[in-house]
Amino acid sequence: MSYTTAINDDAHHHHNPTGWRRWLFSTNHKDIGTLYLLFALSMLFMGGASAMLIRAELFQPGIQLLDPDLYNNLVTNHALLMIFGAVMPAAAGLANWMIPLMIGAPDMALPRMNNLSFWILPAAGTMLILSFVVPFFPGGGSQINTGWTLYPPLSVQVGMSMDFLIFAIHLLGISSVLASINIIVTLLNMRAPGMTLMKMPMFCWTWLVTAFLLILVVPVLAGGVTMLLFDRHFGTSFFDAAGGGDPVLFQHLFWFFGHPEVYVLLLPSIGVLSHVIPTFSRKPLFGYKSMVGAMIAVATIGMVVWAHHQYTIGMSLGAVSYFMIGTIIISIPVGLMIFNFIATMWRGAMTFETPMLFAVAIIMMFTFGGLSGVMLAVVPADMQYHDSMFVVAHFHYVLMPGAVFGLFAGVFYWLPKWTGHMYDEKLAKIFFWVNVIGFNLTFFPQHFLGLAGMPRRIIDYNVMFTEFNVVSSIGAMIFGFSHLLLLYIVIKTIRGGEKATAQVWEGAKGLEWEVPSPPPFHTWETPPSIKQEQQ
Amino acid sequence: MCRRLTTISRRFLLVAAIVSFQTAHAEYGINFPPPAADVAQEIYDIHMLTMQIATFLLLIVFSFVIYSLYFHRKSRGYPADQNFHNTWFGNWSWVMVPALVLGIDLTIASNADTVLKKVWEVPKGEKLMDVKVTGHQWWWEFDYLDYGIKVESRYIPEEKSGDLYLREVDNRLVLPTGTKIRFLHTSADVLHAFWVPELAFKKDAIPGYVTETWSELNREGVFRGQCAELCGTWHSRMPLVVESVPPEKFDAWVKQQQAIKVAAAEEASSSKAWSKNELITKGKELYETKCGACHQASGMGLPPAFPALNGSAIVNGPVADHLKIVINGKSGTAMQAWGSLNDLEIAAIVTYERNAWDNKSGDVVQPTDVKQAR
Amino acid sequence: MSDADLTQKKRRTVWWLSFLVLGMFGFGFALVPLYDLLCQVTGIQSVNIRSTGSANAPYAANLKGVNESRFITIKFDASVHPNLPWEFAPVVRNLRVNPGKQYQVNFSAHNRSSSEVTGQAIPSVAPWQATGHLNKLECFCFNQQTLAGGESVEMPLRFMISPDLPKEISSLTLSYSLMKMEKPVVVQDKAKG
Repeated sequence: MSYTTAINDDAHHHHNPTGWRRWLFSTNHKDIGTLYLLFALSMLFMGGASAMLIRAELFQPGIQLLDPDLYNNLVTNHALLMIFGAVMPAAAGLANWMIPLMIGAPDMALPRMNNLSFWILPAAGTMLILSFVVPFFPGGGSQINTGWTLYPPLSVQVGMSMDFLIFAIHLLGISSVLASINIIVTLLNMRAPGMTLMKMPMFCWTWLVTAFLLILVVPVLAGGVTMLLFDRHFGTSFFDAAGGGDPVLFQHLFWFFGHPEVYVLLLPSIGVLSHVIPTFSRKPLFGYKSMVGAMIAVATIGMVVWAHHQYTIGMSLGAVSYFMIGTIIISIPVGLMIFNFIATMWRGAMTFETPMLFAVAIIMMFTFGGLSGVMLAVVPADMQYHDSMFVVAHFHYVLMPGAVFGLFAGVFYWLPKWTGHMYDEKLAKIFFWVNVIGFNLTFFPQHFLGLAGMPRRIIDYNVMFTEFNVVSSIGAMIFGFSHLLLLYIVIKTIRGGEKATAQVWEGAKGLEWEVPSPPPFHTWETPPSIKQEQQ
Repeated sequence: MCRRLTTISRRFLLVAAIVSFQTAHAEYGINFPPPAADVAQEIYDIHMLTMQIATFLLLIVFSFVIYSLYFHRKSRGYPADQNFHNTWFGNWSWVMVPALVLGIDLTIASNADTVLKKVWEVPKGEKLMDVKVTGHQWWWEFDYLDYGIKVESRYIPEEKSGDLYLREVDNRLVLPTGTKIRFLHTSADVLHAFWVPELAFKKDAIPGYVTETWSELNREGVFRGQCAELCGTWHSRMPLVVESVPPEKFDAWVKQQQAIKVAAAEEASSSKAWSKNELITKGKELYETKCGACHQASGMGLPPAFPALNGSAIVNGPVADHLKIVINGKSGTAMQAWGSLNDLEIAAIVTYERNAWDNKSGDVVQPTDVKQAR
Repeated sequence: MSDADLTQKKRRTVWWLSFLVLGMFGFGFALVPLYDLLCQVTGIQSVNIRSTGSANAPYAANLKGVNESRFITIKFDASVHPNLPWEFAPVVRNLRVNPGKQYQVNFSAHNRSSSEVTGQAIPSVAPWQATGHLNKLECFCFNQQTLAGGESVEMPLRFMISPDLPKEISSLTLSYSLMKMEKPVVVQDKAKG
């Protein structure tokens, strides 16, 4: 395959707007991908800042910096900013940039919808931030002190900022549903001739499954928060027991979305790993088919085990047994994925550039988080763990390596492709070590806090919990500030650096490495033909 | 205590390094506190079992990864095995690995299921003590249904509780050992959750639901826990303290509580006219336990959610309006209705509020005024 | 493949995906009525299930007759939510009963306030396994109750414990939560059961 065809035919059927118009009216997948990534980066810093405020408050017992409502407001905001603002858009950014390059398509299938699904995000982000700041203005009502789970009846007590939040969730939902539709349509219809589904790169597979998950669960969340809005303002009683509703119904609706959402965050990063590990091990991905199968199994089982977040509401024995066993069963496909990654490394010729360092860290730390997940799935023991700091430690061990580190790995892996410059490997390695050590220092001690009896979401704690909280807070500061280094590395790479080749990495394989670095504005206008034996 | 820590740390392999770090506090823990009931012990055991299995698996995964990281490196000149995924192992691992994991899963699940049945099992026998646990924003109410006793349990401010701040309450949940106790959990406003780690279970308090758990304490002691479900501003200030006593002591306690209840009812129903000072003294105490969490002992509140009472228009306005909001609450806000307090208590609180801090109305509100205002 | 073909294919994919999205949004709302059904099938407990018992247990029990040799202690309890200005308490706190026999107990209610207030009682049975076996033949919880200011009434509850109550259960507690009715719209009709 050669690239020459695409480079020259820029001029005759496209006009490329410049300046702000280029971005606002963009229908180019690369530009939109960049926008997604920049948006995610800014949200990452805001979500990170709120997390650091939380940890600063918890540094010592007593109430020093924040008041309880502001604390809970930050807890709520941290979760929503990170999940909806940082991780999902970052994953969508990678998808926008890489999917057309990987499957040999000139652009996403629905470029204008692509523009819309991105530009809803800043509006949603603004709405989300408004929900945080509105209570500070006169007449702004009380702060959102419910956590991101928004359980009624507490969420019915909150002032008007809850309405802002509900609309923000609607907008974020619309945005991700539109993006998902676009990705599915692209993947199903725009693959280069000869690329069957089972020859599709893993990253595309993970996004196909993720997009389906999003389409299936986000509308249910939208329905749930709409009912909440009605209960707050229009006199309905969906969640009010006195009026014949049921407060627990909201929890079911929320977790019907909330549990698959974990896999939405996780799977794109699994996709990135499936490229990073083979590249730096210099051998093909172990078990491509079983990987696809495992992923579909995870998504399917993940849709029907939501109530393991609610073991304490009082279910019958049959129901809890079912949810317990279903949840434990998830360890089978997830275990297979981890196994495949290790087997890909096994007998490879590994080198350890930053993306690979992150990949190795993910394998180890995600396994740890997954195993504490099995502990949590066990109902009798969960009667203790539930809503304690143990849970906080667990889901950060799953989501931080499983989602965020995967995105970091992806960013370092593809940054030379996007910018045409190599990033500063030395700085990036420093970033990796500081980041990973900071992360473990923050969250490892929280397991003990939870076991010793510290509930989550409390602003003030007894002196018996002091030591581990001190360690955790110090770790959080290291972890938080390390991201400034990430910002510096990214800016430095965009502005210049050693020129990257088209293939960038010695072991890299796939269509995206056949276009130059950086790729021209339009790529694959003539689809490549696929001849390679996949795996 | 030291012994406890060392036994736990021996079990808790990974933690060995961190254990040396901790020194200062007596009640320090890195694992569950020792269970106080047989079922709690089984929960503890299943926790230890799964944790040991998890640690074992983690060590296996880590050793494979570390071995591979060390030996299969390009810098050591290891040639990549391009056909590894096409060997018999590559072709059949998708069956072998799930089978292995399934085996481990079934071990965990079958053990867990046995314990689960015991936790969920209905206690037998007619001699069953019922304690209704009601969560309020932000205190607990315990009703001993068999004895007609009601206990209100609130946190104690730091000045008075010292090192036990957030782990000590004014009135503990006193329970007898060796008795099957059924807890009925419900809530008066938002979600709360009952969690005392020594009893090893947690149950949400949901308005409109009455869910149950049970326990049979097997040792005496004081067991401390906290509300575990986010319930708004002062979620952190809802400690739970169980005092486990022998049955004889419990019976004595019950009699004492019943006597207190009778005395209080008599006091409230007497038609005596109370002096201003009597009401203010009584009112200050009641205000600080019942109202202080939100409006603060200083009367400054925590605006905007909890307005200041010092200089408040309602407190300094007509008595009737003031009484109305105390008795009926204000819907749509965190101000709940306090109408379940008796006339004397409301009279005392209102009199105190109208004469405390910078409020100098000089009003004296008598129980008879409250009766009329209802 | 021509451009027109591709557009056609894309359009078809977009259509069925859009239907999927709308379907799932509808599914969220359909869960409200489906919830009770789902709860019965899976044993998740909802307010309705707890209060009315499972649908198939009730009156068949009548046929089996009274078991005079078995006694069950049933305790009554009520919690009044703070925003409802009522006093509400069972007149008799506990009762020893035979399965299969009908009993009537009264609850006394008093409206402390001077204005008319409507309340709804939500029953709950502990242990939950007994829920379907406690048949309420007449209950104030079937309907909303309105009390005029200062009014006091006695509300009756007629019930029967079915003889097929699991053997190991010999002590039941029937708790009512009383909540104030403030909202004009009622989503689900409580008056069944």
